[in-house]
Amino acid sequence: MPVITFRDALNHAIREEMQRDDRVFLMGEEVAVYQGAYKVSKGLLQEFGEMRIVDTPITELGFAGVGVGSAMVGLRPIIEFMTWNFALLALDQVVNSAAKMLYMSGGQFNIPIVFRGPNGAALQLAAQHSQAWESWLVHIPGLKVVAPGTPYDAKGLLKSAVRDDNPVIVLEGEMLYNTKGEVPSEEYVVPIGEADLKREGDHCSLITWGKSVLVALQAADQLAKEGIRVDLVDLRSLRPMDVAAIVKSVRKTNRAVVLEEGWEVCGVGAQVVDYIQRDCFDDLDAPVLRVTQADVPMPYAKNLERAAKPDVAKTVAAVKRVMYVE
Amino acid sequence: MESGTLIYEDRMAKKKAEAKVETSGAAAPPDRMALLTSMLLQRRFEERCAEAYALGRIGGFCHLYIGQEACGTGAISVLRDDDYVITTYRDHGQALARGMSPRAAMAELFGRIDGCARGRGGSMHFFDRNTNFLGGHGIVGGHVPLATGVGFAIKYRGGDQVCLCFMGESVVNTGAFHEALNMAGLWKLPVIYVIENNRYGMGTALERASAIHDIYQRGAAYDMPRGVVDGQDVLAVREKVAEAVHRARTESLPTLLEVRTYRFMGHSMSDAVSGTYRSKAELEEYMKRDPIMVLRMRMQAAGEIDDDGMAKLDADVKAIVQDAWEFADASAEPPVESLYEDVYVDSTT
Repeated sequence: MPVITFRDALNHAIREEMQRDDRVFLMGEEVAVYQGAYKVSKGLLQEFGEMRIVDTPITELGFAGVGVGSAMVGLRPIIEFMTWNFALLALDQVVNSAAKMLYMSGGQFNIPIVFRGPNGAALQLAAQHSQAWESWLVHIPGLKVVAPGTPYDAKGLLKSAVRDDNPVIVLEGEMLYNTKGEVPSEEYVVPIGEADLKREGDHCSLITWGKSVLVALQAADQLAKEGIRVDLVDLRSLRPMDVAAIVKSVRKTNRAVVLEEGWEVCGVGAQVVDYIQRDCFDDLDAPVLRVTQADVPMPYAKNLERAAKPDVAKTVAAVKRVMYVE
Repeated sequence: MESGTLIYEDRMAKKKAEAKVETSGAAAPPDRMALLTSMLLQRRFEERCAEAYALGRIGGFCHLYIGQEACGTGAISVLRDDDYVITTYRDHGQALARGMSPRAAMAELFGRIDGCARGRGGSMHFFDRNTNFLGGHGIVGGHVPLATGVGFAIKYRGGDQVCLCFMGESVVNTGAFHEALNMAGLWKLPVIYVIENNRYGMGTALERASAIHDIYQRGAAYDMPRGVVDGQDVLAVREKVAEAVHRARTESLPTLLEVRTYRFMGHSMSDAVSGTYRSKAELEEYMKRDPIMVLRMRMQAAGEIDDDGMAKLDADVKAIVQDAWEFADASAEPPVESLYEDVYVDSTT
C-alpha cells in the first residue's frame, strides 16, 4: 500500500471529490496561487482553474458566509481556514448560518459545506496561534465535527465530509501534515461517526482523537513494554460521537483515560466522561482521568510550552494512576 | 374569502407576466395596481400582526415593515422567478411581495406546522424555497456575506440571475458588510445590496452611528455602482432597482442602493413607537408620506383608481388577511415528536 503524508492524503481527497462533482470548489486564503499556506492545495489551481480554487482576501467572516450562501443555492464549498485560530472571526457564519439554516428554515435549506484547516498548537507559536477549538464546535447542534489522526482517516473522512449534505468541520493537526501512513490508491471513504480501535488491550481504555492519537500511540507502546495493555479508542468523529465504541471498550477494561489537546474546562473529554459515568457506572474500577492542556494561554518559551501541553509522559502517568500501579 | 384568494393569485400571475418582459435597463411599464395591492396587503397583514401580538398569538421578537413597504415592493417587482431574495429579520413585507402565501406567513407567526418554516423560524426567519426567498436572518450583518455567496454561485454556474439583498442602514457599520461588499466588488458579482435607510438602528440615529451620512457613498470603497432613491415612492425604487438588475444580469456588476424610508412603528413590537430617540412630531411629519398614499394619489390623479375602487381593494385585501388568520388559527402546533427533525439531513451525494 502506498505510504503518503497527511497533507497529500487531504490533497488527494479534495482532488478526487472535485473530479467527481463539479459543484465542489475550494475557497480560502492562499489556496490558489500560493498553493496553500500548508501546501494542502498544491497543484489544484493548475488542474481546476481559478473559478474552483479561489483565493480570498483576509476576510474569514466574509468568505465563510460566501461559502454558506453558495451552499444555499446548490454549490458544495470546501472552505479552508489557514488555521482555526483565525476562524474565530467567522464563527457567526459557522454557528448562526451554517449550523442553524436547515432547522430554522423548517427543513428547506440544508448547507452542504466543509470548513477545514489546522487546529491546535504547533511549536512556539504562542497564545493566539496555539488553540484546540473542538469543544466550541462540537457544542453546536447542526454541525458535524471530525478530527482525523492518520493520513488514512484524513482522506477517508474528508471525502465523507464533502459528500455529506450537512455542514462538516474537519480539524487537521498542524503537526500532522508531514506525518506519513498507508493510504490505499483505490477509492474508499471513512464514515462519519465511527470510532476506530487503534490498539487493542484489556487493561485500560485510552480515548482520544485528532493529533493526540499520535501521542496515545506512543504512550501505548511505552506502556506495553511495562506489560500494560491499552485499548486505544480513536474517536475520529466528535459529533456524532461513537458512544457505543467508548462503552464497549470501558466495559472491557473497567478503566479509562481521556486525552485531549485542548483545555480541561468544558473540553470534549468532559462529555466523554459523562457518557462513561452514565453507561458504565458499575463497570468502573477507578475514577476516569483526563489529560489536557494546562489551564493557561499557550506560552512561547520552549520549556513552558512543553509543560503546558499534554504529552506521552503525562498520558502514561495517568494510565498508571487509574491502574493503581503508581 | 373567495374573492380575496382570487385577487392574490391574480396578483401573482401579473407579477410573473411582468417579470418576463423586463429585458432592458428601463423597468417594464409598471402594473401600478399590482404594486398598490401588494403594499396594501403587507400593510393590512402587519396591522393584524400587531393585533395578534397584543393578544399573545404571536410571540418573541416581531419587527414590522409598516411605512417601508415601497422599498421591498418596488425592488422585488422587477425580479424574475429564478432570481434570489435575502433579507433581515424585518422580513414579512418582502416575503409577501415575493409571493409567499399570506397563509404560510401568518401560520409561521402563530408558530404552527403550516408556517413557511414549519413553526421553527417565527417572525424573524421566514423562508420559502418555492419563491427563492432565502430567509430572514437575525444577526445584523450576518446575511450580507450569504448574498455575496449567492452571487458567487450564480457566476460559478454562468447564469444570469441576480440576488437582491435587503438590509437596514445600521448594517453598514458591521464588519460583515464591509467584507461581503469588498468581495462582491472584487469579483464582480451580480448582487444588488438594497439599504433601507429608515434613519434609526433600533433607537440610534444614523448620524450617531455612521461617520458618513450619505451612506450610498460607502460603495466607493468597493468601486461599486451606487445610488440613492426616495423609498416612499415605489415607482422610483422600481426604476432604480431595474437599472441595477440590468447591470447585474448583463455585466455581472453589483450595486449599492440606498433607499431612504421611515419606519412608522417601533423597532419591534416590544419597543415604543416614539419617545427617547425620536419625537412624535417627527414621526407625524414622515407619516405624511405614507408610501401607499403616495402611489394611490398618483393613481387617483391619473384616473386609475377612485375612492370606491380603493375601498373595494381594501376590502379584498382585508379578506385575504382574515383568511390567513383563520388558516393559521386552524393549523396545528408542530408535533412535539418533530423536535429533533431538521437538525441534520440524512443524505449524502
